[in-house]
Amino acid sequence: MPDGSPKPETEQRSLRVKVWRGSGGEGGYETFEVPRQPSQTILDVVTWIQQHSDPNLTYRFACRVGMCGSCAMMVNDEPRWTCRTHVDRVLKGDELRIAPLRNLPVIKDLVTDMDPFFDKWVSAEARHHPTADRHSDFAAITPDDPHRLEASSGIECINCAVCYAACDTVAGNPDYLGPAALQRAWTLFNDARDEDGDAILDAVSGTGGCHNCHSMGSCAHYCPNELNPMTAIAGLKRATARRFLTGRGKRKPS
Amino acid sequence: MNRAARPVRGHPLWFAFLAHRISGIALALFLPLHFWVLALALTDAAALDGFLVFTDLTAVKIAEFGLVFLLAVHLFGGMRLMALEWLPWSPPQKSLAAASVGISVFLSGIFFLQAI
Repeated sequence: MPDGSPKPETEQRSLRVKVWRGSGGEGGYETFEVPRQPSQTILDVVTWIQQHSDPNLTYRFACRVGMCGSCAMMVNDEPRWTCRTHVDRVLKGDELRIAPLRNLPVIKDLVTDMDPFFDKWVSAEARHHPTADRHSDFAAITPDDPHRLEASSGIECINCAVCYAACDTVAGNPDYLGPAALQRAWTLFNDARDEDGDAILDAVSGTGGCHNCHSMGSCAHYCPNELNPMTAIAGLKRATARRFLTGRGKRKPS
Repeated sequence: MNRAARPVRGHPLWFAFLAHRISGIALALFLPLHFWVLALALTDAAALDGFLVFTDLTAVKIAEFGLVFLLAVHLFGGMRLMALEWLPWSPPQKSLAAASVGISVFLSGIFFLQAI
């Protein structure tokens, strides 16, 4: 580029990136200078640091296109899927702060232990309870069935734990099952092929269940796929209350 | 647990949660005082008259405005939460939370204008 010609803004600046380093509960922020690039994502920034500044930096990613849910981190104190978060969107001044997901134990640097998150999916009975076998007919479900619509509204969850990191109820109550597990439970509860709605309602109405939710809405506010776990949790609250008052559990498809 | 990350807050429904909790605690603290003042009518009329003179102060009227606002925002915010949990889901929760604050400001403002 000839002297004197204006450079694109992205070439003129570098980023000051504070990255959490440490393992267990201990550690601190380390600052890196990262060149600014056009269309740069947070995951690009972290990858640049590992490839050019410190190969010991530990982080997790897989698909890079927002499908696998592996790369979620705290960016400027907000949980985000880093592969789909452009630096332009979150940059304040020239500084970024990148940390491991909140509400989960840190293994090392930006990698959290996801076991508590997924264990709670199991605790919420957020698994399919089938009765059909390979000889059974297909379940006939119309696309506009209201239960199917409820189920469909949550199936794009990619298990990234952004909602779990955003939730203050999880922070205050380690037993709380969390938005993602409860949303999955609600999805299965509404799925006509799932045959044990009572097991789901038992699981989500106990200690740490849906009634712990304070409806703060951080899950819906930060969900990168724009899902609304708060809707699902409100549905579970209604379903558990209806069963308690009337004895009626899962509604059959109309 | 992870000490690296700060809490995630600062969006409308989180503020609605905060307003509901703070107004609830403030009302819980206020109610015993309120009943004690009412009880003075039976036990110590002179003290009650003294207290009523005290309520004519402008500062007390502003405080009463705050009290009515807390009561209203707890009432309407609580109605939103009960509707959220008991009625079919309604999507505009942020708008409903904003409306509950707006109605509360309106009602407590009317109360304040009447008081002065």
